[in-house]
Amino acid sequence: MAERYELKQKEVWDGNMAAAHALRQAQVDVVAAYPITPSTPIVQNYAQFLADGYVDGEFIMVESEHSAMSACVGAAAAGGRVATATSSQGYALMVEVLYQASGMRLPIVMTVVNRALASPLNIHGDHSDLYLGRDAGWIHIIANNPQEAYDLTLCAFRIGEDERVRLPVTTNQDGFLVSHTAQVVEPLQDEEAYKFIGEYKALNPMLDTKNPVTYGAQTEEEWHFEHKANQHKALMESFPVIEEVFNEFEKVSGRKYNVVETYKLDDADIALVLMGSAYETAMLAVDKAREEGIKVGLLMPRVFRPFPYNEVAEKLKNVKAIAALDRSAPMGTTGALYNEVAGALAAKGQSAIMTNYIYGLGGRDTTVEHILEVIRETEKNAKAGKRVTDLQGFINLRGPKLSFN
Amino acid sequence: MLQIRWHSRAGQGAVTGAKALADVMARTGKYVQAYSVYGAEKRGAPMTAYDKIDDKPILDHSKWMTPDYVLVIDPSLVFQEEIVDNTTDDTIFIVTSHMDKEDLLSVAKHLQGKKVYVVDAIKISQEEIGRAIPNTPMLGAFMKVSGIIPFEDFLVSIEDILSKFPKKIIEGNLRAIKRAYEEVK
Repeated sequence: MAERYELKQKEVWDGNMAAAHALRQAQVDVVAAYPITPSTPIVQNYAQFLADGYVDGEFIMVESEHSAMSACVGAAAAGGRVATATSSQGYALMVEVLYQASGMRLPIVMTVVNRALASPLNIHGDHSDLYLGRDAGWIHIIANNPQEAYDLTLCAFRIGEDERVRLPVTTNQDGFLVSHTAQVVEPLQDEEAYKFIGEYKALNPMLDTKNPVTYGAQTEEEWHFEHKANQHKALMESFPVIEEVFNEFEKVSGRKYNVVETYKLDDADIALVLMGSAYETAMLAVDKAREEGIKVGLLMPRVFRPFPYNEVAEKLKNVKAIAALDRSAPMGTTGALYNEVAGALAAKGQSAIMTNYIYGLGGRDTTVEHILEVIRETEKNAKAGKRVTDLQGFINLRGPKLSFN
Repeated sequence: MLQIRWHSRAGQGAVTGAKALADVMARTGKYVQAYSVYGAEKRGAPMTAYDKIDDKPILDHSKWMTPDYVLVIDPSLVFQEEIVDNTTDDTIFIVTSHMDKEDLLSVAKHLQGKKVYVVDAIKISQEEIGRAIPNTPMLGAFMKVSGIIPFEDFLVSIEDILSKFPKKIIEGNLRAIKRAYEEVK
């Protein structure tokens, strides 16, 4: 029986330590991992917890991330609670198996520390890996600080394992900006956290030999479409469960998460939409802009997949201009978040003026002052009643100004 | 908000030092952020670490800051002009050096006119801990110069934070901290 870990009411943890403690408290049956910067300390801390007697489950060191996710699929199909961690190139190597995991409806939890994708090689934070996994059929939840990385990892188990969902879930935190930044975290005590997550309920476990089942069967044109449509339906219909879990979490922690987060949006004329640690930096920019008389608010999809397009549109219905900020190279079009928000507005017949900004690639610093510039440009569009700034701009990019229209 | 920037070489313990300071301050009810900036380079490469300390939750996740304190724990980095980047006339520098302040300023010209304190954190850590890990003595010097919390309270917290280490290491660190507290000038 795992030992109880003594936790203070307030700990000073970085995002990696926070995620590792959440995995420990979930009493995962199997963690299979291949450590990679900047998520290495999640795996390292977890292995330490195991060595020190705080974890009962198995920890498997494998030879690659492809194997890590494959081992996770095997263990989850066998009927265990399963988790792993990765970043960037490791995430990329997993992609094939990410689709297998979701197609087999295995509620694996993966704590992702977001990092740029090579080439050029870069170990720092951006959302390239998150965007790479966008269509893999996983639920993707975004954490902006170590507290959220902890809280949302606990929630991830309960969301993914719910019988109405049964899908794998990633929690995402920005490499270094969250993963290696120590802040005050108020954890739940072990028994409280475990009670919140609950016992793992195996569904069609392969180790139940009296009821043999097949995972990963072949389906061609007769049934493949139905399986995929069913999987999509599960994602689309997971919102009420996610909200339910967030409400339950508020009861035990006092901290409330929402599928769509907003900041000072109620009376706003303009809005910025962004995800990750920069959302919090942007709060400070909003406060400053409001001192200048600019009524600006923020919106963040806490859940990137499934994408809450109806709620996003509803919350943005009164703003005149919107800037969507993407922390990933858009490679040939407007950024993914811009496209999601534009699609959400179009579906409701809303016509706020929209622009797109690319920022923070490979860990490039994004300051309050940078975000204030975006707010001021967005304000110009709102005042003019039409787009007078570039469709796509780049924040804190060296060299001559780059923009696209 | 109080902002502190550490200059160090990878392996000298600036990240651990910054995190320990954050932990100490969090125990007094403050909100904190401790982080570092480095690439994939190995031991010995110059790097920076940061502390932010405030009465309210810290939302700014940018790396940029105008430090109130600059702590330089490697004696060779004192001569790099980067240590004065984004500082103001009020920024206080605590640097590790075997030189006295006058000799140091005559060669490290970028520090002239700045508020500079000197402590030989390398020598202190070598003598008291047995290794050139100048992070904890720098914390002792910082406590003396800043007076941010009572020194006795700091000692209680830091001893608890170091409690995972063997007794000999803890005692060495405490001696180094106290010596730096006395010797910084």
